[in-house]
Amino acid sequence: MNSTSVARTARAIALGALGIVLLGVIWEVYKLLGPAAGFELFGVQLLPRTSDVAMPHLWDMLARALAPANTSAASQPVWLAVALACLSSLGTAAMGLLVGAVVGFGLALVMLRLRVAESAILPWLVLSQTVPLIALAPVIVSWGGRVQIGEFEWQRWMSVAVIASYLAFFPVAVGALRGLQSPLVAQQELMHSFAAGWWKTLLHLRLPASVPYLIPALRLGAASAIIGTVVAEVSTGAKGGIGRLIIEYAQSGSSDPAKAWSPIAGAVLMGLAAAGIVALVALTLGRFRRNEVTA
Amino acid sequence: MRNMKRAVLGLAAAAATAALVLSGCAATPESDEPTDGELTPVTLQLQWFAQAQFSGYYAALDQGYFEDEGLDVTIVEGGVDIVPQTVLADNQADFAIAWVPKALASREQGAGITDIGQIFQRSGTLQVSFADKSISTAADLAGKTVGNWGFGNEFELFAGITEAGLDPATDVTLVQQNFDMNALLAGDIDAAQAMTYNEYAQVLEAVNPATGELYQPEDFTVIDWNDEGTAMLQDAIWANSERLESDEAYQDTAVKFLKAVIKGFIYARDFPEETSQIVLKYGPQLGASHQLWQTNEVNKLVWPSPNGIGIIDEGAWAQTVEVALNAKNLEGTTVITAEPDDGAYTNEYIQKALDELGDLDTTGEAFAPIEVTLNEGGN
Repeated sequence: MNSTSVARTARAIALGALGIVLLGVIWEVYKLLGPAAGFELFGVQLLPRTSDVAMPHLWDMLARALAPANTSAASQPVWLAVALACLSSLGTAAMGLLVGAVVGFGLALVMLRLRVAESAILPWLVLSQTVPLIALAPVIVSWGGRVQIGEFEWQRWMSVAVIASYLAFFPVAVGALRGLQSPLVAQQELMHSFAAGWWKTLLHLRLPASVPYLIPALRLGAASAIIGTVVAEVSTGAKGGIGRLIIEYAQSGSSDPAKAWSPIAGAVLMGLAAAGIVALVALTLGRFRRNEVTA
Repeated sequence: MRNMKRAVLGLAAAAATAALVLSGCAATPESDEPTDGELTPVTLQLQWFAQAQFSGYYAALDQGYFEDEGLDVTIVEGGVDIVPQTVLADNQADFAIAWVPKALASREQGAGITDIGQIFQRSGTLQVSFADKSISTAADLAGKTVGNWGFGNEFELFAGITEAGLDPATDVTLVQQNFDMNALLAGDIDAAQAMTYNEYAQVLEAVNPATGELYQPEDFTVIDWNDEGTAMLQDAIWANSERLESDEAYQDTAVKFLKAVIKGFIYARDFPEETSQIVLKYGPQLGASHQLWQTNEVNKLVWPSPNGIGIIDEGAWAQTVEVALNAKNLEGTTVITAEPDDGAYTNEYIQKALDELGDLDTTGEAFAPIEVTLNEGGN
């Protein structure tokens, strides 16, 4: 690492931190100066109220996060409960992303190989993403409940992972397909002139060429997997995850408002962590990333 | 050098991913412990997460009452989109807890389920208002903004408004209410729907900005649908009708299950503090004082049970059915369109369970609730 890249990294970190601080400042300034009753237009609440119930002070949230969740002796501090829940959800989301990426890439390969498949499958892929998640969740839980193979018993978190993968596979499938199709005709003909078959062309030309498309697709997929996980946890009440914790703490939203914000902040940090992990994976593929394409 | 760095990064990424995937696998505790061959596995589906609303079931689990009856009971928690009676009808649970009107609606849609134990003898639904609004009967709701949760939770309210000679569509402003009480506290709605054991406690756990202290019961007035005569039966134990008819082992299990549940609710009645601690063990994120309050309020809904706990009172059942048939919500629909058939409930199994429990106090005539002090936030 030379000095310019150090400076660049430092600058990026500083800007990132500044963004977070700015958000905090906006929150507190609005709370101080905003209209106490919020702002309503034609019965639609456009700006929130500034009361302590609706917008607790940041330092109250922080203090609440450090305090125990409840008065029972065995109670963990809120931040620890949130962190453990995030870890659990992150694991479920990672599982979902893994399954989603494999399925998505598989579909992309099929669509690459068979033109007919592309025309036949692609509309269904788009359609699949328009099914509302909350309609899907109970159905998948219900199907999961029927799965029992020997000692293996379907767990609630597996349904959550399936829902996460359902959201995650789509950007991967579309991105991978575009990437695999990206080599120019001239490049393909070159491979042909080497007497390289479909598989060899795939391995040496198409796969490397797909990386710049695949990485943004994975990033999108990771974000989708996180959203899918949290929503599915809320929907199915899967134990241990951050979605469930959001609901549990929201129940005291009127009486202990600062507490309800902790799992929300946790979910945001979890999303950032997921993006970070995908970025780490992407770094290892750096030699294929000649020019990354935004998905 | 660059390759080296890349390899290290790759390793780190792989390790992070692997750790996450593994932690995902380990996120749920192993539930299939080797069970004693003699225990019958039973699954109970709840409507919501572990909380003291289900005190008796958790007490029975914790105190080993199910095991004493030869049952290995798994309590499956609910969620926002989990419908217990559907889970039961789909044969994915052996028993389910559900409110009577909602279960009757599912029954009319074809779910083969039967009420075999009416644990809650009374309705726990209130409309809560600030005392200065002077709303203490359904008739007082005229011209007010009234919150309700919708999704089938609104029929006692609609029946009450209609009973008071008002038209729900024109004489009151009905608004969809969130599951917190912020709208009431902020003054957006005049009367908010609340369960005695949950949302009502939430307002009493909130700080009154005027005094800096918690709100007190005298700050509010409540409409109790039990007094208004439009109350509907709530938490009941539902069984699969088909299996109940044809499967003798299941009938036997039902009686055993009910016996253990009765003992669980007797425990909750006699030891509310211990019971709320048991519930906290299963839901460690819940507020401690809130759960004690909930245990106590649920006891009030269960006890006293003059005919014996779980017996379905014909009068209360008839009132529930009547409201379910006649009360129209804003869309003009009723809960059910026809009288439920005879298979909708039976006292056969609960009576057998009560008989077998003999000299235990299953009516709770002498029941007296405890005084619960709520902490801020229910913590």
